[in-house]
Formats: sequence, C-alpha cells, structure tokens
Amino acid sequence: MHLLVCGGTGCRASASDSITESLKERLQEHNLQDEVQVVMTGCFGFCEKGPIVKVLPDNTFYTEVSPEDTREIVEEHLVKGRQVDRLLYQAPEGGRVKDSKHMDFYKKQIRIALRNCGFIDPESIDEYIARDGYFALGTALNEMEPRQVIDQIKESGLRGRGGGGFPAGLKWEFASKNEADQKYVVCNADEGDPGAFMDRSILEGDPHAVLEAMAICGYATGADKGLIYIRAEYPLAIKRLKIAIEQAREYGMLGESIFDSPFNFDIQLRYGAGAFVCGEETALIHSMEGERGEPTFKPPFPAESGYLGKPTNVNNVETYANVPVIINKGADWFSQIGTEKSTGTKVFALAGKVNNVGLIEVPMGTTLREVIFEIGGGIKGGKKFKAVQTGGPSGGCLTEEHLDTPIDFDNLLAVGSMMGSGGMIVLDEDDCMVSVAKFFLEFTVEESCGKCAPCRVGNKRMYELLERITQGKAEKKDLQRLNNMCHVIADTSLCGLGQTAPSPVLSTMKNFWNEYVAHVEDQRCPAGSCKDLMRYEIIPENCVGCTACARKCPVGAITGERKQVHEIDQDKCIKCGACLEACKFDAVTIK
Amino acid sequence: MEKVKLTIDHKEVEVPRGTTIYKAAKQIGIDIPVLCYMNLEDIGVENKPGGCRVCSVEVEGRKNLAPACATEVFDGMVVKTHTMRVINARRTVVEFILSDHPKDCLTCKKSGNCELQDLAIRLGIREIPGQEYAEMSTYKTDYSPSIVRELDKCIMCRRCEAMCNDFQTVGALNAFNRGFDAAVAPAFEMDLQYSPCTYCGQCVAVCPTGALTEVDHSRDLIDAISDPNTTVVAQTAPAVRAALGEEFGQEPGTLVTGKMVSALRRLGFDYVFDTDFAADLTIMEEGTEMLDRLKKHLNGDPDVQLPILTSCCPAWVRFIEQHFPEMKDIPSSARSPQQMFGSIAKTYFADKIQTKRENMVVVSIMPCLAKKYESQREEFAVDGNPDVDFSISTRELAHLIKEANFDLMNLPGEDFDRPMGESTGAGVMFGTTGGVIEAATRTAYEMHTGENLDEKIVFEQLRGFEGIRKATVDFNGTSINIGIAHGLGNARKLLEEIKEGESEFHAIEIMACPGGCIGGGGQPLHHNDTAILKARQKAIYEEDENKPIRKSHENPEIKTLYKEFLGEAMGEKAHKLLHTKYFDVSRKIEIS
Amino acid sequence: MSRIKVKIKEQDLNKIRDICQAHGNQPGELINVLQQTQEHFGYLPAEIQEAVANELGLPVAKVYGVVTFYSFFTMIPQGRYPVSICTGTACYVRGADNVLQEFKRQLEIEVGETSEDGKFSLNCLRCVGACGLAPVVLVGDKTYGRVAPDGVKDILAEYQDKE
Repeated sequence: MHLLVCGGTGCRASASDSITESLKERLQEHNLQDEVQVVMTGCFGFCEKGPIVKVLPDNTFYTEVSPEDTREIVEEHLVKGRQVDRLLYQAPEGGRVKDSKHMDFYKKQIRIALRNCGFIDPESIDEYIARDGYFALGTALNEMEPRQVIDQIKESGLRGRGGGGFPAGLKWEFASKNEADQKYVVCNADEGDPGAFMDRSILEGDPHAVLEAMAICGYATGADKGLIYIRAEYPLAIKRLKIAIEQAREYGMLGESIFDSPFNFDIQLRYGAGAFVCGEETALIHSMEGERGEPTFKPPFPAESGYLGKPTNVNNVETYANVPVIINKGADWFSQIGTEKSTGTKVFALAGKVNNVGLIEVPMGTTLREVIFEIGGGIKGGKKFKAVQTGGPSGGCLTEEHLDTPIDFDNLLAVGSMMGSGGMIVLDEDDCMVSVAKFFLEFTVEESCGKCAPCRVGNKRMYELLERITQGKAEKKDLQRLNNMCHVIADTSLCGLGQTAPSPVLSTMKNFWNEYVAHVEDQRCPAGSCKDLMRYEIIPENCVGCTACARKCPVGAITGERKQVHEIDQDKCIKCGACLEACKFDAVTIK
Repeated sequence: MEKVKLTIDHKEVEVPRGTTIYKAAKQIGIDIPVLCYMNLEDIGVENKPGGCRVCSVEVEGRKNLAPACATEVFDGMVVKTHTMRVINARRTVVEFILSDHPKDCLTCKKSGNCELQDLAIRLGIREIPGQEYAEMSTYKTDYSPSIVRELDKCIMCRRCEAMCNDFQTVGALNAFNRGFDAAVAPAFEMDLQYSPCTYCGQCVAVCPTGALTEVDHSRDLIDAISDPNTTVVAQTAPAVRAALGEEFGQEPGTLVTGKMVSALRRLGFDYVFDTDFAADLTIMEEGTEMLDRLKKHLNGDPDVQLPILTSCCPAWVRFIEQHFPEMKDIPSSARSPQQMFGSIAKTYFADKIQTKRENMVVVSIMPCLAKKYESQREEFAVDGNPDVDFSISTRELAHLIKEANFDLMNLPGEDFDRPMGESTGAGVMFGTTGGVIEAATRTAYEMHTGENLDEKIVFEQLRGFEGIRKATVDFNGTSINIGIAHGLGNARKLLEEIKEGESEFHAIEIMACPGGCIGGGGQPLHHNDTAILKARQKAIYEEDENKPIRKSHENPEIKTLYKEFLGEAMGEKAHKLLHTKYFDVSRKIEIS
Repeated sequence: MSRIKVKIKEQDLNKIRDICQAHGNQPGELINVLQQTQEHFGYLPAEIQEAVANELGLPVAKVYGVVTFYSFFTMIPQGRYPVSICTGTACYVRGADNVLQEFKRQLEIEVGETSEDGKFSLNCLRCVGACGLAPVVLVGDKTYGRVAPDGVKDILAEYQDKE
C-alpha cells in the first residue's frame, strides 16, 4: 500500500510536510511502516482542495487534509479498512466523491506532460523507470537515427509550450543541421509569468522526464551538453533536479556511452536571477553566459549561434516533458490528441475567481467554458463571470463571447490573446478591466530590460496613462493615444516581451471599451474597484454611532462621538473598506 | 560573393548577401534615419543593438516593423521605408525618447550638433503628449577633469559602452539597472574620476546627445584674455589644423594652419605657438632615451627593458597606470609635447619676455579631452601653478571663432610666433597614428647611423590605419622592430605580449584614439564616418611634406633651446623640465 | 596621485576567492558566483562586487550592470525576517495589493527596503505557485495563505518578539 502526499508548492505551504511526518509516526504506532509506504509526490493539480492525500491501490482521494487528520486516516482507513468520508471531495451538487476519476476537475483532463505528477516519488529514479521512464531514450539510441527522432517530433506536431508555439521538431532540425564542434541543449525553466507554475510542478513532480527528453534532443541534434536554466526562487525544483541528475548519472542514463551507445550526454544547472525577459531565448543565453539578460536581434537564431556562439536548441520544460511520450507512443498517437494545428495537450494554471484553482492538463481544442465551468467548477461565490485572462502579460482578456472558442495556439491569437506559458486567470464582475490591464503593464514596465526605446519608455508612458484613466484624470483623446501607443510598441519592440506588452491593453480596449469610456467620461469605475473613483460615505440615517467603523479604520479617518453620526475624512481615507465590513447597520456606502 | 536582389521603395537593388536593409538603402540614396546605430568601419566597431527603433521599416510579409540597421536582406525582399505606418511608428518612438529627455536644448552643449535634436526636427516633432505627467529619469551630473556626464540625457544607444569596452577595453562604462531606469554609467554610478576611465573621450566622440560632453574651458579663456596683466600663450596641437576647417564647412582633410593662427591672434592671444615645436623637443628627448636604451640592450645590459613605449598620449598613460601598473616603467619618461611646451613656456620663454610664470597663462588647443586632465596632474605644476593652465578642444576653439564672428576661411594665412612656433614635418606627424614613431625613427636613424636620410625620409611601412601594425626598419644593418597600435584595445594586446615576454618589438607607439590624435575626443564630431579620420591623416602627411625641415633634430629653435637653456638632451635640466614618472593608480582591494 | 582603495575584511575576501575559484575564475560564471556570494553575505555591497570583479578579471562596472539587472540581487541587507508578497496575477485578483499596502503601512517601509531595526524587509515576488491559497505571503520560508489586510498585524506579531 502507498500513501501519496502531494508535495506541490501549494500543499507544502499548507503543511503537507508535517502531514507526511505525522502519517509516518502514526504508521509506526500501528507497526505498519513496512506495509505502507508514505511517498511525497509532485503536484496533484487540485490545489484548491489541498493538501491532498491519496491512498493506493484503492485510489481514495482525501482533500483538505490537516496533520490532525492523519490519525483518523491511519486508524480508520488503513487499520479498519473504512474510508474517512468527511475528508473525501465534496462535489458541488451533493455527494462525496471517493475517486479522482469521478471528479469534474479531473474528468476532462488528459495528462501527458503531467503524467507522473502525483503518481511517483520524484526523488526516485526507480519509480520513474517503473512508469516507462528512460524507455524512450533507449529506443531512440538503439533503434532510431537522429533524423528519425526529429521526424517523429515533427510529425507529432509538438509546438513550443513556452509561449510562441514554434514547432519543436523544426527547431531541432535547424540545430541538427548546423555543423559545429560543440552544440547545446537548453531547457528554459525560467518560468516568470506571474500566474503560471506548470514548469515548476513538472520539475518538482517529474524531473526525470525533462532530463530524458533533453538527452533525446541531444541525440537528435548532435549535442552532448545540456543546460537547465532555472529560477533560483525554485529551491525545491532545484533540489529534485540535482537528485535526479545524480541518479541518472548513476544509472548510466546521463554520462558517457548511454545505453552502451556511442552517445554521451550530461546536464548542468544554471540559475536565473530574477528577470522575466530571460524567458526570451537570446536573453536566456546571455544570462547563462554571465551577462545582463538582454535579448539580441534574431537572426542569428540560437540554432545557429547560441550559447557561447554554438548551435543551441532551447525549449521549455513542458515541451520537453511531452517528448518521451511521443517517442514511446508514436507521433500518430500524439497528433490525434488536440486540434489539427495544435496537437497534444496543454497545461494551464487555473486561478483567480474560480472555484477549483489548480493545475490542469487538457487536450488542445477544449473550450474555455469547459475549463472554467466544468473543470474549474464555475465562479467563486456565485458571482458573474466577466473575463478570462490567458497568456499572462503577453496575453489578453477574453469574454463571455469567447467561452466556446476551442483553446489552441492559433485560435487564441485570432481573438487577441495568446497561449503564453499557460496562465489562466478567471475574473468576475468585481474586477475592473482597466486595472487588470494596468496590473500587467506594471509587470512589463518592471521587467523590461530597457534595451529598446518602445519597451523601455513606451510601456512606462502607457502605464502612466492607464493610471490616469483609473484615477479619472484622462481625457477622451487619451484613449486614441493609448491605442496608438499599443500599436507602435507592438510594431517596433525588439523582443517578444515588448511586442506583446500591449496585448492586455488592446484586448481590454476591444472587449471592454465601455469600461474605459466610463472611467474617462464619467470618472466612474463600473466594477467599483478603482479607489480613486470611489468614496466611502456614512449614511446619517442609518448610523447609530456604535463607533465600530472608527475603531476599525486603520488611518483614523472616521470621527464622531459615541451615539452620534460619524463622518469620514475623505483626505485621510485610504479606501480599504474596513469600515464597510465593520458596520452592522448598512450605514457605510460606496459612491 | 553571392548577391541578392530586393526592392526598396519600388527601386530594385542588388547587394551581397548579409547586407543590412540600411546599407542596401543607402546604396541607392535612400536615407533611413538612425539613432543608436554606429558603424565605425575603419576601426571595426559596429554598434547595432537595435535599441532605438528609429530605423524601423516595413518588410512585406513580416508582422512587425524591422530595424533596418540590423535586418539582413533576402532575395525578393520588398521594403518600404517611409509609409505612414513607418512614419507614425518612428515619430511615436522618438516622442517616447524625448519624453524622458531634458528639454534644455537652449543651453545644452550639444545643441546644433545633437543627433536627437536633428531627428526631432526631421520628424517634425512639435509636442510630447503627456509630458506634463510623464516621469523623467534623474541622475546627478558628474564633472570629471575632462568629461561631463549628464545621465538624464542618456538614451541608451550604447555607443559609449561599445567604445569603452569593445574598442578601448577600459570598462569604465556599462549599462546598469533595467527597464525605464536603465542607463550607462561607471560602477555604482561613481564619478568617472574614481572609475578606471582614461579620459580618452571616445565616449564623448560618439555620444549622439548631450549625455557625454567635454569640460568647457572657453569661459576661462575669455577671462584670461580679458585680463590685461596676463600674457596669454597658445599652443596648438598638430591634429587641430587638420580638422578645424570641418567646423567651417570645409571638406575633411582641409588644412587651415595659417588661418587658425590668424584667428587665434585676433581672439587676443599674446603669442600663438605650435605644439609641434614641443613635439620636436619630445623627439629629442624620447629619441635619445630610445637610442640609449637600445644601445644598452644591444650590448646585453640586463637592467634595460625593451620595448620602449611612447608616452605622449595622456589617455594611454592613464591606461597603463590604471590597468597595467606593473609595467609603468616601460614607457619613455619623456613628457608629452603639451607638457614640455608648458614647462618651457613658463621657464625659458617667460625669462625671454621677462614675465613671471604667475602672470602667464598657457592655453593648449587640443584634439583631445585627456589633455584637460593631463594639464591638471599635480606633477606638472610648480608651486601650484600649472605648466599648462588649461586645455580647450578643437570644438571649443571652433565655437569661439564663430562667436567672435570670424569668417575663418577668409582670414589671411599667418605664421606662428617665434621661437616656439618653429617646427618640422616630424613634429606635425604626432597628429596621426604612426607619426610619433616615424618622427622618432628619422632622428634616431640619423643619430645612430650618422647618415643623412635624404630622400629616404618617408617610412611608408609605419603608415596606415590598421589597429596594430608591425614594421622593421633597417638601421644600417641593425633591424629595429617597431610596433604601432591605436585604440587601447589594440594597445592591450601588445601589452599582454610584453607581459608574457613574447614581444618582438624594440619600440612601440601607442595612441588611445582611432587614427591617433586626428580621431581625438575633442575633434569635430565625425558622426560615424571614419573616412573623415583618414582624410585628416592625409592632411597631416601633406603638412609634413610641405615643411622645409622634416626632422626634429634639425629644428633651429630646438637647437637654440638646447644651446641657450637646456644643455644636453636627457641632461639634468632636461630631466627636470621634460621628463616625468608614472604612478600605480589601479584599483586595490585592501584588507581592512 | 593615488590608487582607488577598496577595503574589505580578510575573511570576506577569502570567501569570495573560494567561491570564484570553485567556478574556475571564469567570467562567464559571474551570475553563479554572485548567487553564491549573496547567499553567503546576504547582499552584495560595493566592496564585495569590487572583489568579485577583481577575482574574475571583469570591469566592476560590468559586475554592477549584472547585479542591477536581476531582481534577485540586492545591494541592501535584507531583514532577519524577509517578507515577500506574491504579486502574481492570481494573488492580485484576490487582493494582494491591499495586503501589500498594509505591510507597507505597518512596517513603515517601501518595497525593497529594510526596517530600521533590521528585522523586516519587504519584497514582491511573482507567483510562488500556491495560487490556490491566494493571496500568499512568505516570511522567510514560511508561507501564509489567504491573507487579508487585517491579518497582517498577526503575521508580524509572530516575529515581533523573536530576535
């Protein structure tokens, strides 16, 4: 028997470490430590209901487990064989669900990139091998020519999961065709999108999948050195990668003469130091060389002149994670999943105002509605769906009318957003779309490398203008200007960061034009979220002078004697809303 | 070479593969505006970060605009350089740049000579939308002895960074911060004077805006000339006469020596002398030292180090003091011509006209910004009174001449005053790369061999424009290996060789600037056209050719100077007045 | 004329030398060297950067250029309890900004600063991957989920009495 405890970031933040410890102690108390193994796995995906504990082989799926629940799990489930009903997932429409297969959250998912996350101990190469791990590498080395590997990837239709969606096989082909004494395979694990954590989850949950794929890529392109560029802020992923690399070397899956073939391949880690722009491949390469992570003009592409001037293939974590499966199951199998031009699956970090926050993997072509309302379980708190933001700072906000759009690279681009690395943030009626655009612009301004003028200065100016709109200080003609800035910045910026920076603004202007107009013409925020456009006021008729609001006010903006009508000093008020929450007499109102 | 055919603005053009759109367009007379782009072809520096996006053009089939400076052409490419989309983009981008740029054009030193200003005029920019609430970058202004940095005016073109790092390998300047806060500065935004800066001024020479300019001494000059109790003495460096004309609409390479003298006299200088005189004096000292060291070396003296390195370039001197302090004893101990001049002017000449040094102001007119700093070095002063009071650049002089409303080209040609205006063709060659060593060779050859060079006076093998040149001169049976480098990156290579004990040279001439002093940081701006430098070089050789005397040791006033005042070359008096020593000013990590 | 002197403690210099040597004194290893150096010293003040530049044979301006490019590097000593607010999108839409404002108010420091007593420093980071718990705050290694502005006081109180 196995007890699988989710070791994803979310669950660990909710004490899954102590759950693991506690389970082990309880097992010892009952002398079950030899029969039942406790394994900390990678992310199960269902972060909303974490921490998660899964019992194998009966597949019981316990949710929202706390360290205090471990006694019951061991004593009831393991000793007495009775499942703990109160820890089972409570479906919205009633009954408790025992098995993840029957949960809406998992029903529509197909897991390829995440195939091992939540199933194996990521610190054990044996468990990886037990699930066909390194089989693809063996096949490639023993039965395939490099050319055939590339063809296989090309035929699978696999496109880069990092944002651009460039066909991976073509990229490999370019790198393979460029002759050089040294080539490199690079894994971009510098996930920086402020709402995406799929790469991290894969690295934490299934690090060997990435190592295996990089070795396959090395064989296909003629490289014997691999580099993983990973955010230094991902200590757990780094730790697991280090363990995995050591194990792979020990097992002869990395190093010299892999599988007794003449192929040598080894992998090193390089650390990103916090620059979103380093997701851009030329910037990433400069960063690995110890330079400022500024992108350079392409061509030359990395496939021609990359790391240290040598041909280099750069793919991201999720892209690589698909590779062993393609080799094992064939390009045809893979290409039948998804849509014609976007094959396979895509992992999304579903978050925001949605009931089931988590990490999901769905076939390309799944609609936004399926993702948000079936897998995501709809909008939190019974609020109204307003928009979904995909593609992070490079993407856009889509509305009700796009809900039935099948998700793939091209469809998202066509409606003014993009796949990006897979952040998917659901917004409800309380979210101001101008503010959302401003949020992303603020991110871009902070992350711009400063090399090209449109991104360095233009985005700053755009941010300033958005701020004025949210403050009610903008004029109608400013909207025209904003629109022009968007187009010029997209048209002239040096790299993808700048070129796509205006997308959140353009898409919200297109889909929520009236909201912009309301801010500008009426100095009104329809969502009621722009602080500068609202006032908290006390309705004298309702105020009983209980002083609750005055006591809660963090800045002392509310004055009034006990049993007298209170008053809010608008100059002091920071619009935190504490008074509104504190008032039991509906005497505080927002105007 | 393989050719590709493309269409630019409906015109067909055929260019070699690998050509950029910008160059292809230029070839058929289409002028695409650029800002950050800089191609110094003759010295192999090309800066095309693709940063300013001013050169954006439309390429058929491409989603976004392409930077013409960095985009290579392909067969069948269709380019449009001035569509409304392009014009709008260009204008908007320049508005962005200007929105973070001070608007003090009225008093900015670069006004009228600023590439950003030119661009704003060309693109018809009349307002900066949103300027009233746009945040501006602000930094403190840094005044060093030679260079002023006004970082507020930096537009991140990265040209200075390319010069300081790629060409000069000095590494004083680097981009720092990111995004809106990014700019180029020394480490920790420290003042240049604490950085490894050599004051070569090449950053100033390429800066498109007023972010990097020279320290302006023209006000000091006006004050000095206006003071009736002060004798104001001018010395003009050889490279100035070969470039000054450019500021007055003349073709590069036009010599204006006589007109310059005339203008200086009219400005009110009491004596107009020639640094070339001091250059001849330098040859006497340096040449003697060189021969001395060479003789000892050939005789097997183990204490004598070769090669001997020239020492007339102050940026180069500071480079070795900063970056190769362990080799600071290799350069000749001879002071630079500027400093020899100051030293002699305030002793020999001051005695002659019976003036005290305190009442004399020596002003040098230099193609160089490091000279401003050199004149302030402590060892070049007597009781706090500097041998050279201050140095003004060719640009500052041009400005004063214009300010005084002199039509330079219509001034009569006049001659320098005597005695310190007498000079030779050897002296004038100090203005170009290879010139100092050729001048030294002429003298050393004759001294060593006792033979007259006669018509063999030109050493063609020492001339040229390549960054590092090697030549062998036959001193009547003795082969002398000579190395020449211009640009400190090239100098570094030769220094590394010496350090490794692999140097084959007996003597090496080094100049910090491209082409030597003709390409100095104080010269009229070449605006990325290095052909201008070559034209100036030609003018220098022309001046040499036209001189009746072409060997330093034959300068009659120099002979008189030694006879009347100095005594022997390298003698005691000469040593005191004309030689110096060097210091270790490298950064030191010290245990506290 | 004198040399520019950079003063540094002997043990610090030795540590930097060790780190640089472990990376073969390769200029290309600058970022890895800086990571380890910061890990050891907690931050990267000027004299440390000078020493790194000296060991790797790089201009110090370049080292500074790299340090100021990456948000992970800091020239300001961090507090004993570094507070990091996740400002990823998921946290943002669930009110991270209000939480951030409250931390600023309580600590009386801005983002990137350290409180006068050296106890707390305040930083923002992008998505820690705990979107299910949004908004998320980290103090050191400890994660706090679903933080509301009025919970800020309690979080800080946990550390107030600690040394």
